[in-house]
Amino acid sequence: MKKSMLLGALTVAGLAAGAASASTLEDVKARGELNCGVNTGLVGFAAPDANNNWQGFDIDICRAVAAAVLGDPDAVKYVPLTGKTRFTALAAGEIDMLSRNTTWTFSRDVDLKFEFVGVNYYDGQGFIAPRELGVTSAKDLDGATVCIQTGTTTELNLADFFRSNSISYEPVPIETNAEALQQLLAGACDVYTTDASGLAASRATFENPGDWVILPEIISKEPLGPLVRHGDNDWGDIVRWTLNALVAAEELGVTSANVAELSNGTDNPEVNRLLGTEGGLGEMLGLDADWAANALAVTGNYGEIFERHIGENTPIGLARGLNAQWTEGGLLYAPPFR
Amino acid sequence: MTTLTDPPQESFRLSMLLNDTRYRSYTFQFIALICLVGFIGWLVSNAAQNLEDLGQDISYQFLGESSGYDINQRPIAYDSQSTHMRAAIVGVLNTLIVAVLGCVTATILGVVAGVLRLSNNWIVSKLMAVYVEAFRNVPVLIWILIIFFIMTASLPGPSAFRGDDPSASMVLDAFAFTNRGVYVPKPLWLDGSMIVVITFLLSIVAMFAYRRYATKLLFDTGRLLPMFWPSVGILFLPTLIMFFLLGRPIGLEYPELRGFNFQGGIQVRGSLIALWFALAIYTGAFIAENVRAGIQAISKGQTEAAASLGLRPNRIMNLVILPQALRVIIPPLISQYLNLTKNSSLAIAVGYMDVTGTLGGITLNQTGRAIEAILLLMLFYLTISLAISAVMNVYNNAVKLKER
Repeated sequence: MKKSMLLGALTVAGLAAGAASASTLEDVKARGELNCGVNTGLVGFAAPDANNNWQGFDIDICRAVAAAVLGDPDAVKYVPLTGKTRFTALAAGEIDMLSRNTTWTFSRDVDLKFEFVGVNYYDGQGFIAPRELGVTSAKDLDGATVCIQTGTTTELNLADFFRSNSISYEPVPIETNAEALQQLLAGACDVYTTDASGLAASRATFENPGDWVILPEIISKEPLGPLVRHGDNDWGDIVRWTLNALVAAEELGVTSANVAELSNGTDNPEVNRLLGTEGGLGEMLGLDADWAANALAVTGNYGEIFERHIGENTPIGLARGLNAQWTEGGLLYAPPFR
Repeated sequence: MTTLTDPPQESFRLSMLLNDTRYRSYTFQFIALICLVGFIGWLVSNAAQNLEDLGQDISYQFLGESSGYDINQRPIAYDSQSTHMRAAIVGVLNTLIVAVLGCVTATILGVVAGVLRLSNNWIVSKLMAVYVEAFRNVPVLIWILIIFFIMTASLPGPSAFRGDDPSASMVLDAFAFTNRGVYVPKPLWLDGSMIVVITFLLSIVAMFAYRRYATKLLFDTGRLLPMFWPSVGILFLPTLIMFFLLGRPIGLEYPELRGFNFQGGIQVRGSLIALWFALAIYTGAFIAENVRAGIQAISKGQTEAAASLGLRPNRIMNLVILPQALRVIIPPLISQYLNLTKNSSLAIAVGYMDVTGTLGGITLNQTGRAIEAILLLMLFYLTISLAISAVMNVYNNAVKLKER
């Protein structure tokens, strides 16, 4: 029995390794469907709506890539993954790309052999606490019970934060965001910590959002972005430049409303290169010339995606902050389309 | 002239490997073995080759690096600067804690339920039947989650104990039942406490010595010494006398509400309680069936013979039936213990940091060394399981029927 289990594990490892070897672009085209790893449920970023259609900020990245590669934004198979399963799924070739609020870190990039193609949300780790707890700063949390999603960078940041401030805490590791919220609402933990965007998204789903405060401390840098496997640079380029196209489009004033009109040619050469009327950038990627226009027609530019899912007019109500264009004091800066 | 000749001394010839039935089976077994080894070798080398192509080398260096995460239940000193190896050991100890607690509780529950299920009292036997059928037919993961959610939802948070008119209060001022766990007083070992502990240990030895003496006296001379009260006296009196003579060297540290949580005392976390109880009642239901099977395997004549000798039902069970039934009960009991230990790996569902949660969970995630961590985990569970069955087999050999 034991021996056969070992054999089984090795066989699976062997098979998985075999599946990962061919060109991802060809695989996706042959399959006619993009396998995209997403969160198991984080309102605003990735969550199924009432009709079981996936919606959200991270989902639109998947849709944009599917539109650019296959010309069909709905040709996506969403694979919900927990913090624990996401890297194995990507490494094993179960998904083509991971768009699941994943922090870009050195060891994930280098040691785990993934390729982060950019940043779609500049985040930081924060705390949420009930207002009646009377806590105004994370440094008041000495002795508190802290719920935390296990298998994430937040776990390490939390240990570092409390250690460097010489205060104690009791970690309660929890598998998913939903379970953590359940524990927080039941009072089984005093505070919950995760990326500040996630906290805002979760608070929006609470019965009385006003009863909860997000503490002012941001204890880490969390650049979140989509990633692919090492070793298939062509595929990495496609995902990277699709993301860049969304960002650049906002800077250049291309929206889902005017993309069709602008695709007929404009006086701005960069817009023309982006939308494929000159330069042949799509061909270099191995895609159609109108790849970026396809993506933009579906999802709109970065600003539109942001406002639609997590912006100030949504229940989640996040300000652009660091995620504004560089021209407006933010960090978004797409390299030139040339 | 000799008509009879000795049969020619046969020397071994290679063809006999196939033609001689004495050797043929060995030949085929050997060929099968070679094929099996070759197949395993091919699988291993194939997996190793594929892993190498993926750029994933097997390396256990991460075990020496600092882990960077905290663990709430720490049987040994551990902080976020400790190594992954130490985090794994903390996890192993946590697994063993819940396994031992679970096995003991499951055995008690199982024996009681198994015996009562055979009771002549209709209500008692039906109640036990309901217990067994309800608990062994629902997956243990569900039980773990149910108990955990009931605890978090029904018990008050620590803040309910606060204020001038708290909505919750501590039981006997010593035990606090909160949705984060149960806080119980912790013994404080002051000067001289070792003497009390040693006295108590000696009392245990003395109690067994007295019981053995009384039994021997009964068998040899037929004189019946009282058993229960002297045992209790020997067990507790010397310890109590020593305790007060030395001026109460063992104190209690009571939990009290300070800051966000109860501080002091021992915290039995909700996750441990949920896991422990769920595993115990689930496995207890299986053990109850083993016990029932064991008892029913003893012929009814034994009960009748014992009754005709004038033994009362309690004694029939304790002195005649159970000792014989143990032979039937122990072997399946071993596998129930193994099941319980392996089921404890469901701990992550309630955030209990067992070895699957530390080594197979956080360490695996933070280092990305999935294959290495899983292999280590398999090795650990294999070792634990083999150790449990080794110990239980020794016990089984001690109680099994001695055939002469």
